[in-house]
Amino acid sequence: MSKALLAIQGVKTEFRLGRARALQAVQGVDLSISAGEIVGLVGESGSGKSVLALSMLRLVQPPGQITDGHILFDGEDVMQMSARALSAWRGRDVGMIFQQPQSCLNPVKRIGWQVAEPLLRHEKIGRKAAWAAAIDLLRAVGIPAPEEKVLAYPHELSGGQAQRVMIAIALALKPRLLIADEPTTALDVTIQAQILELLSERCRTLGTSLLLVTHDLGVVARIADRVAVMYAGRIVEEGPVEAMLTAPSHPYTKGLIAAAPQLGQAQGGRLKDIPGAIPDLSRPYAGCAFAPRCELRQSLSLKACDNAQPAPTTVGSAHTVRCFGAAGSIQSEMRVTS
Amino acid sequence: MTQYVAKRLLLLIPVVIGILLITFLMKALIPTDAVTAMYSGQLSEKDAAEAIATLRAKYHLDLPWYQQFFIYVRDLLQGDFGDSIRLRKPVMEELGYRYVNTIILTLASLGIALVVGLTAGILAAVKRNSWLDVTATTVGLFGISMPAFFFGLLLILVFAVWLRWLPVVPKGNLALLLPALALGLIEAAPISQVARTSMIDVLSRDYIQAARARGASELELVVRHALPNALIVVLTLVGLQIGNLLGGAFIIESIFSWHGIGELAVNAIQWRDFALTQAIILISAATYLVVNLVADILYAWLDPRVELST
Repeated sequence: MSKALLAIQGVKTEFRLGRARALQAVQGVDLSISAGEIVGLVGESGSGKSVLALSMLRLVQPPGQITDGHILFDGEDVMQMSARALSAWRGRDVGMIFQQPQSCLNPVKRIGWQVAEPLLRHEKIGRKAAWAAAIDLLRAVGIPAPEEKVLAYPHELSGGQAQRVMIAIALALKPRLLIADEPTTALDVTIQAQILELLSERCRTLGTSLLLVTHDLGVVARIADRVAVMYAGRIVEEGPVEAMLTAPSHPYTKGLIAAAPQLGQAQGGRLKDIPGAIPDLSRPYAGCAFAPRCELRQSLSLKACDNAQPAPTTVGSAHTVRCFGAAGSIQSEMRVTS
Repeated sequence: MTQYVAKRLLLLIPVVIGILLITFLMKALIPTDAVTAMYSGQLSEKDAAEAIATLRAKYHLDLPWYQQFFIYVRDLLQGDFGDSIRLRKPVMEELGYRYVNTIILTLASLGIALVVGLTAGILAAVKRNSWLDVTATTVGLFGISMPAFFFGLLLILVFAVWLRWLPVVPKGNLALLLPALALGLIEAAPISQVARTSMIDVLSRDYIQAARARGASELELVVRHALPNALIVVLTLVGLQIGNLLGGAFIIESIFSWHGIGELAVNAIQWRDFALTQAIILISAATYLVVNLVADILYAWLDPRVELST
């Protein structure tokens, strides 16, 4: 694998709920993103994927806190950056877009001002030049009549247009990494495809790496190179998109794929679901977090599932899984129990 | 916009007529008139009766109230607010400089209220749950609970009587200091509380996090991204508070001998000086209405989502 642009190791993020209790949203995650790569981060609501995305930019606000781990961006330690260095880094080298585009635009500022703002801050160019650049940026993301739209306010935009504006802002300085947290979830289905297309096209053109956080496997299948599946604050399986979709190893990944609706599926058939819900992340537990919902555990009845955390096991080329029962890792589990 | 303002100004006319009518009717309910109040017990009974009758005729006090009302409105339309019976000169002559004084006091207190209130509220919101926040909130609670006149008396007690930094009735520019502080600091309390709540709300919004993600510093977030949004809520309050300031000035002006319309109003009511009272109420009401209009226009200017529809 080529040298990682962003590499995080053992990152833990928790939210304090009181004096003694804390919600462990991210429980030690390793993940790396190479230059120009599109990585999908998949998980259901509450899996910690959004918190992980915020942690990467150190955007977690109190009562949330990153308690452990390293975040390296191009070899530089993000955890050691001063507030000033962080400000300079965010927006210039990394950008982020969020789920609700309309609530992410300041309601009392003109669109042009908001697009020009990162240019004025990071590039030290004049107001006129920034304004002209804003118009070009809006044109590049497919906003019709950008000369007029720069004067508009956010409430005058549709959801799709607002997300285009957010993309324009995030990519204004050609950052090397873009983190997109559920960028299409709040949009109409017809607009979703256009926005995804735009995102991947802009990122490929600018050579920007993209971390796409989503609960939608269809989105990932469409544009990602690599996929990481997150469950209860941990990455349970990670691999190239092809392998992940055709030969998933972790029972949770299998369940997610089985739960996704397929075109051409028999009419009237029920979608398969995964029974149960994500465990309470504020209570410590010893075993695999997925064990209570896991079909494989029930059929294999492995003791380790309830007592230990599975270590990552390689099941294919750049394809790893954390499961005692998955193919290739059974032997190691046997050693643990015997 | 122009159309909107014109329409709002036109709507002021029926409101003003209503105010005129109500204050006029109040006079009908008050048992004595100005002339009787002025001469009672001062002259012999026969002289008094004669003088009173002459004066009452001069000021149309002998006519039924509705006729008096029409005469009053007729004069008013010609720019004549009538003469003050007690001061023996046209009402406008006395009212003019006193109105300016009241406006000076109101603006000075508003300035103090905004500077102190916004600073305290914003700092409390940014340094939430710190000692600064706790102090600001506690002091603010006292400010909200205390009437301005009581606070004014406290200020006199502390600065003029105990510390002797100022005379009890100071002259010149110093005269403005204590009344403006009394009114301004009391009104700063609700401003700081609303600014704090509103700022905390705005700082938790998605667009603040989005701005942070593109490199805005915490200072920029507060000043450039959050403040314009937080001010929208504060403005609603300040529009209402200017009414409080004008009303509060009535008593504060009397306490501090500040020669504004408030002090005059208290005297005018005691004198039963009707022309004067009526003119003061009218001018206060008109000020309040205009302030409200200005607040609404500012509202639309601060918040692009608000449209001034005619």
